[in-house]
Amino acid sequence: MTDHFDAIVVGAGPSGNAAAYVMAKAGLSVLQIDRGEYPGSKNVQGAILYSDALERIIPDFRDSAPLERHVVEQRFWMLSEKSHTGAQYRSDDFNEEKPNRYTILRAQFDKWFSKQVRAAGAILITETTVKDLVKNDAGKVIGVLTDREGGPIFADVVVLAEGVNGVVGQRAGLRPEIKPNHVALAVKETHFLPEETIRERFNLAGEEDGVVIEVIGSVSSGMVGTGFLYTNKESISIGVGCILSDFAQTRVPPYELLDRFKRHPSVAPLLKGAEMKEYVAHLIPEGGYDAIPTLTGDGWLIVGDAGQFVNAVHREGSNLAMTSGRLAAESLIQLKAEGKPVTNENLKLYRDKLADSFVMKDLKKYRKVPHLLERNRQLLTTYPSALNRAFQSFLRVDGVDKRTKEAEALRDLKKARGGWLRMASDLFKVARAWR
Amino acid sequence: MDEPIIEALEPPKPAPTGLNIVVCIKQVPDSAQIRVHPVTNTIMRQGVPTIINPYDLFALEEALRLRDEYGGQVTVLSMGPPMAEDALRRALGLGADKAVLITDRRFAGSDTLATSFALTAALTTLAEERPIDIVFTGKQTIDGDTAQVGPGIARRMGLNQLTYVSAIDSLDLAAQGIVVRRRSEGGVQVLRSKLPCLITMLEDTNTIRRGTVQDLLRAARADVTVWSAEQAGVEDPMKCGLRGSPTVVKRVFAPSPRAEKAEMVTVEGKTPAQIGDALIDLLFARDPKLEAVVTAAAR
Repeated sequence: MTDHFDAIVVGAGPSGNAAAYVMAKAGLSVLQIDRGEYPGSKNVQGAILYSDALERIIPDFRDSAPLERHVVEQRFWMLSEKSHTGAQYRSDDFNEEKPNRYTILRAQFDKWFSKQVRAAGAILITETTVKDLVKNDAGKVIGVLTDREGGPIFADVVVLAEGVNGVVGQRAGLRPEIKPNHVALAVKETHFLPEETIRERFNLAGEEDGVVIEVIGSVSSGMVGTGFLYTNKESISIGVGCILSDFAQTRVPPYELLDRFKRHPSVAPLLKGAEMKEYVAHLIPEGGYDAIPTLTGDGWLIVGDAGQFVNAVHREGSNLAMTSGRLAAESLIQLKAEGKPVTNENLKLYRDKLADSFVMKDLKKYRKVPHLLERNRQLLTTYPSALNRAFQSFLRVDGVDKRTKEAEALRDLKKARGGWLRMASDLFKVARAWR
Repeated sequence: MDEPIIEALEPPKPAPTGLNIVVCIKQVPDSAQIRVHPVTNTIMRQGVPTIINPYDLFALEEALRLRDEYGGQVTVLSMGPPMAEDALRRALGLGADKAVLITDRRFAGSDTLATSFALTAALTTLAEERPIDIVFTGKQTIDGDTAQVGPGIARRMGLNQLTYVSAIDSLDLAAQGIVVRRRSEGGVQVLRSKLPCLITMLEDTNTIRRGTVQDLLRAARADVTVWSAEQAGVEDPMKCGLRGSPTVVKRVFAPSPRAEKAEMVTVEGKTPAQIGDALIDLLFARDPKLEAVVTAAAR
């Protein structure tokens, strides 16, 4: 007996679950295949859930999804060895009926999402790795081969939601191998702290309120990267990620970077007395718009991290993943309704939907940022340090008159960067990349 | 005398062939991923993945091998909360033919006595459909560690019990006999038994197979039979759950580390006997009471 499905979805992360859910809900026969022991067991994220993307798929997700805290305050830190200069935004407006962002624990969240997918009618098989795609004589993808006995499984379309380092698409020659300068390696630890302690340390009103801290500067030790600290209900997620090629070049072990971050005088008191519960590492596609592979072909398409859909500047990824999964599903539903085959030509529908969405628009907007940071390390080293020095001098009362202090700070900055012209050029480059 | 004619008109039902095996499995928290709440010292079950009790997988694989050789069917049976259906579905994906979950609020808080009672009721109900040849269980569970449920079922069902079985040497379906190897203190027993019987399998006796793609698809689509206490054939609810469980957990605590510190002592000597004597002298010198106790016992 051969099995034939309308769609096979490879992977049970946010993009795969979104695609499988939307298609199953519309009555398509969907098989989802995940290599993990249980759905999501291999999935790693910071993790922030952006409500909007999920709301468009499961409007009442808040009723049953395992959410940690909704974010009421965001801090941005520029770190130097012993200091940080920060900006923070906090608003009671974030205590809304339907909050906009939540911290989540992915292991629990993904299990919940997968349950919704199955309840919608999709079939899920786990502990099964898709080894290869099956093509017909014309080169159209018509199914998958797994690492289990029993032959191929066939479908009208294979949705590759296999994540950043998924090998199916690579092996089948559908997308190139990822480049070390297009991915960040992030390491993260989860530290247990009693709920009341978190509330006190972060000045939070309730166990539902949360704080997010995003960090640049010395946290990445000169590499292109960032750090973060998120509050969950009874734990804190802390991590740091840098471009993989930078790690390879500097030979700094990622855990050492994280240890340094944890020991930083601005961070250590927040973690005091906490017990480490979990240590994870993951690759994040951060190559941006120019790293996006070919997204569609005859009988297949790519969604989520596999398509490099991560907005590194805004630390957004899962929402781009879910949105691309949803748009892919909507396109495939439409093709089926119109009785059209899933050819690369007809999948223009998906490509157009993506281009019209914030996914492609944002990636396009920040297209130059990865290149900019790669070539202008001073943006993540010189400026944060100089800024911290300037603030210290500004605040320290030591008999030196203010005008002298200001002049010193400016001289310091000019010296650190090697001249006003270079600074002007940096400013111009950042402005251009941001536009 | 119309009746025999009517009976003759009904299509003859093919008699079931091969073995009818039931494997009792339990869903347990994955002990490798269990965390203890740092404040309350209780086990944090939330978010901890569940698995099939690893010992049960040896029982399941042995059952599947017998089925593959002699034909018949393997049913997996479990008592637990509704979410235990996941464990049964996984067993179907490994190749089991049927799955039955008995779940009822009245089963909550069962100890091994109440559990074996409830499982016996379900097994008896299953046996009404078709007589059971072998009931398999794992050696024990990793969360209870008692190894009592298998023998409890055997006792209540009046089955020969073959515990700690490491291998099945032979099975004669026609003569309804089985020969197994059983680990015992100081050696291996080779036991011959009649069927039906109950077997508890030892660990590391086989390797659980990987189901085929078809097994997994069948498992994902299959309906797991769910029985309440009543449907399972439990007649006396007083023997179920907390009320039917004479075992009471009085307290759960994490043992605190001993206060006194260990110390390393060094003695010298040319032969092992000299070293031994020197060490004993040193210990007795430190603790005269110990010397009195040991010498008194030696006399």
